[in-house]
Amino acid sequence: MSIFLAQRLTILVFTLLAASLVVFVVLEVLPGDPAAMMLGVNAQEDTLAALRSQMGLDRPAWQRYLLWIAGLLQGDMGRSFTYDVPVRELVAERLAISLPLALLAMLLSAALAIPLGVLAAARRNGPGDLAIAVLAQVGIAVPNFWFAILLVLLFSVTLGWLPAGGFAGWDAGIAKALASLLLPVVALALPQAAILTRVTRSSVLEVLGEDYLRTARAKGLSRRAALWGHAVGNALIPVVTIMGLQFSFLLAGTVIIENVFYLPGLGRLLFQAIAQRDLIVVKDVVLLLAGAVVLVNFLVDLLYGVLDPRLRRSLRHG
Amino acid sequence: MIRQMGRGLAAMVLCGLLAGPLAAAEQGIVMGMVLEPPHLDPTAGAAAAIDEVVYANVFEGLTRIDRDGAVQPALAESWAVSDDGLTYRFNLHDGVTFHDGTPLTAADVVFSLERARADDSVNAQKALFEPIESVAADGDDSVVVTLKRPTGGFLFNLGWGDAVIVSPQTAADNKSTPIGTGPFKFRRWVKGDRVELERYDGHWAPPAKLPEATFKFISDPAAAAAAMLAGDVDAFANFPAPETLAQFEADPRFKVVIGSTEGETILATNNARPPFDDIRVRRAMAHALDRDAVILGAMFGYGTPIGSHFAPHHPAYVDLTGRYPHDLDAARALLAEAGYPDGFEATLKLPPPSYARRGGEIVAADLAKIGIRLELIPVEWAQWLEQVFTNKDYDLTIVSHTEPMDIGIYARDDYYFNYNNPAFKALMAGLAAETDEAGRYEILGEAQRMLAEDAVNGFIFQLAKHGVWNAKLGGLWENSPVQANDLTEVEWTE
Amino acid sequence: MAEAGLVRSGGLRAERRLLLGAAMTGFFLAVALLSTIWTPHDVTAIDISARFQGSSWQSWLGRDHFGRDMLSMIMVGAANSLLVALVAVGIGAGLGVPLGLLAAARGGWLDELVMRCSDVAFAFPALLSAVMITALLGPGAVNSMIAIGIFNVPVFARLTRGAALSLWARDFVAAARAAGRGGIAISLEHILPNIASVLIVQATIQFALAILAEAGLSYLGLGTQPPQPSWGKMLNDAQTLLFTAPRLAIYPGLAIVFTVLGLNLLGDGLRDILDPRLRRAR
Repeated sequence: MSIFLAQRLTILVFTLLAASLVVFVVLEVLPGDPAAMMLGVNAQEDTLAALRSQMGLDRPAWQRYLLWIAGLLQGDMGRSFTYDVPVRELVAERLAISLPLALLAMLLSAALAIPLGVLAAARRNGPGDLAIAVLAQVGIAVPNFWFAILLVLLFSVTLGWLPAGGFAGWDAGIAKALASLLLPVVALALPQAAILTRVTRSSVLEVLGEDYLRTARAKGLSRRAALWGHAVGNALIPVVTIMGLQFSFLLAGTVIIENVFYLPGLGRLLFQAIAQRDLIVVKDVVLLLAGAVVLVNFLVDLLYGVLDPRLRRSLRHG
Repeated sequence: MIRQMGRGLAAMVLCGLLAGPLAAAEQGIVMGMVLEPPHLDPTAGAAAAIDEVVYANVFEGLTRIDRDGAVQPALAESWAVSDDGLTYRFNLHDGVTFHDGTPLTAADVVFSLERARADDSVNAQKALFEPIESVAADGDDSVVVTLKRPTGGFLFNLGWGDAVIVSPQTAADNKSTPIGTGPFKFRRWVKGDRVELERYDGHWAPPAKLPEATFKFISDPAAAAAAMLAGDVDAFANFPAPETLAQFEADPRFKVVIGSTEGETILATNNARPPFDDIRVRRAMAHALDRDAVILGAMFGYGTPIGSHFAPHHPAYVDLTGRYPHDLDAARALLAEAGYPDGFEATLKLPPPSYARRGGEIVAADLAKIGIRLELIPVEWAQWLEQVFTNKDYDLTIVSHTEPMDIGIYARDDYYFNYNNPAFKALMAGLAAETDEAGRYEILGEAQRMLAEDAVNGFIFQLAKHGVWNAKLGGLWENSPVQANDLTEVEWTE
Repeated sequence: MAEAGLVRSGGLRAERRLLLGAAMTGFFLAVALLSTIWTPHDVTAIDISARFQGSSWQSWLGRDHFGRDMLSMIMVGAANSLLVALVAVGIGAGLGVPLGLLAAARGGWLDELVMRCSDVAFAFPALLSAVMITALLGPGAVNSMIAIGIFNVPVFARLTRGAALSLWARDFVAAARAAGRGGIAISLEHILPNIASVLIVQATIQFALAILAEAGLSYLGLGTQPPQPSWGKMLNDAQTLLFTAPRLAIYPGLAIVFTVLGLNLLGDGLRDILDPRLRRAR
């Protein structure tokens, strides 16, 4: 087991380092002059040069890379060019929106998908199953940003119940803040839910055919108890796995949805930083997002290794 | 970070409980803005967004520009100009204090002006201070500025945001915590979201009517419309979604006020690059440009056509829109004469605003009718600044120049238009020396005609100011003679 | 997509799904190809005086804010989506399949390298790498092809490697080995034909994902550039016009859903037909 863990950890570290190298190399070539961006259209050469040296843009690339990594390991993400504040602060503020958005979307999609998937499996090949399957099939074909626009059309433009965008801020009251997040969370969750419904259904079906389940039935458990007690529990393993693997798509979805609804989250920070050529913020945010994906994949790997009874058995022996 | 989120959660709960009763007190304003400023020091950056937050609100200069574009006294309650136009004596108001409580003295004015014109100054409008020979304090409340040569627009220039007066002790931190003398003091900046100001009770003039003001940054047109409708924002001085204005006009909750800006929206042309170095090609493009289509299609009817680089609302304006009437045959003939009977290909670089992106599509379609096939290249402002403005690596671009009275840019060496006309430079030199208003107007008229004759750029339209705000608000500016959101006279009228 | 091996979709029977998917996909392809030689109206012709006109006999779906015919825009948008998705999946498969075959054939450090590199590539959600690339190289159809293609490479590499590995253990491969055939020859003659069905199914699914990705990128302004129409850009334009003309937001979205749905049904149908091991629990 510890070998397994050590193996996975080394891969994690390697992947993170490699990702950081990719980010650094790709973004160092990024054209654009932060000094010109800040000083503006009518600025003069000498003021630009002064600002450039102030920002340390004259050091060689490899030095900048090592300084960056060293800083990250100490929790120092550097200072934003455009805002002149520690990037850590910027990221923390934006996470206060992106994190709830992503988590709520994940929760909602699971809350919808698991019951629906189980239901579909239970009524396999019946009309209920058909209806859910059709819904799911359409659901994964719907682009989340289009769904978001439709939601806005219905709930904001036509009915006027919910805001069409923007985030009033957590200070404006929980009700108002959640109202701003409601449509984005739904838009983000639904395509994910569609995917998860299908996975849940087939996973439950697969488990329903397993031997140990037949044993449980033979022991006299009712069909429902067998279903919920055993089948769902074990079926959840691949579901959780898929949720984890879908995480990167969820992150990408968060970026788009934040743009549709103009939410001040990490996704918007990324786009703003790119527009402003704020290299440090872009590098940090991209690495943060990539790192999150790597970390979640790592956790899923671990989880799979731990939870899957077959794998667990082999690990105990190996 | 965890602690911050924990604090956030606690705040959420508290605010959720308190939000109700607190809302009843005197009300502030939430003003929407399209671009977020990179920082808050107007003397260290040229982004219009900086001035849009702090000008007249947080910082003040010796003079200020009022809502009609006229020069008004600000920190200087009066001034005297010597007969030769070289010496200006400014008398400062009494009892002026900075937001940290320190009193304003003449030494602070000297400091501010010297700082702006120093060799290592990062002031983006250093050129404004170039005519200054020396600045000296005369006692605590008088400042004498001596110029190298008479400069007609000097008082106006002192009204720019780049010339505001700062305190020596706090100037270095003005980017993040601006300390000025204005009626509002800085409270907080939530990066990427908003800047919060609150009324400064120690202000030397009658206090502002608003207890606080928040500038919220919303660049996306759809989000701006959404925020207005939801009431998240009380006012938008430059509303970025003209296509939705009809909706607001029909809604009694809102007032739509269309005013003018100093923004000449032009099809900037690289005069040094063939085929644009041939005046016949530029004139052909001028004939093919359909200004009304751009105004209607991109700005939904808001905007005024222009024929040269000058604002139509200015008294010195000369209407040159008829110089090149919309005539495709004339355009094709000119192109053929220039050696391009089948047209040619070129690129059109477009910065983010919709006047550029949408306008660009329409302009491209117009020019395609005479055989000029354009490739549309969208760029962010950073790239536009680098590629177009600094490196002059472009064929055509669409941009709006919003600085007031900026016709002088056509006289600058190495400006990105690559227009080098000694006759025009002579005109501008004459303008700087001319202090008589009628004389200035005449020179300005000649300048406009020269630019139109040479068809330096495609002059499309003057950007309108699309103001949308809560119908109960009064005192907001109708026009935008300077880049500012002056809130000193804004109040709730019900 | 990772769930490829796990999902047996319920609902319609495999054959029906396949037929429906094939029909929808075929329709999409036909419309896209047709648009290259004919559209009801010229999509680059801007006629401001005709803007926002509703449906009519000349313009079945009405006109947009520039007076362009919506139907023509959607048709050409289909062609542009097809192009981007085709090239992206082509890049993904063209690079990923050989890599996967190589990794399975050689094993050892090469296999490790390929796996680790694809781990790193997977760390960048397709959108993120697309954002970086387009921020770097500028927006445009070609760059979005590259960006989406890059994310497809590890998908195909992983899939190919996994499928190939399971075949390498089989007898007929061992026989070929014994006969003295080299790794490359075996991969091409024996492995590839046998995993082709899996690859085709995955390619169809990836094609659908590429269409969605392209729409997302053009929505953000990073994909196909005007005046070339693209479904994503049309949706972005429509967002502020929801008050004025909501149908501008509805038609392009329906086009995307229709196309992606068709491709997904086709892929699912193909998988259920071609992959015998999944036939078990139906």
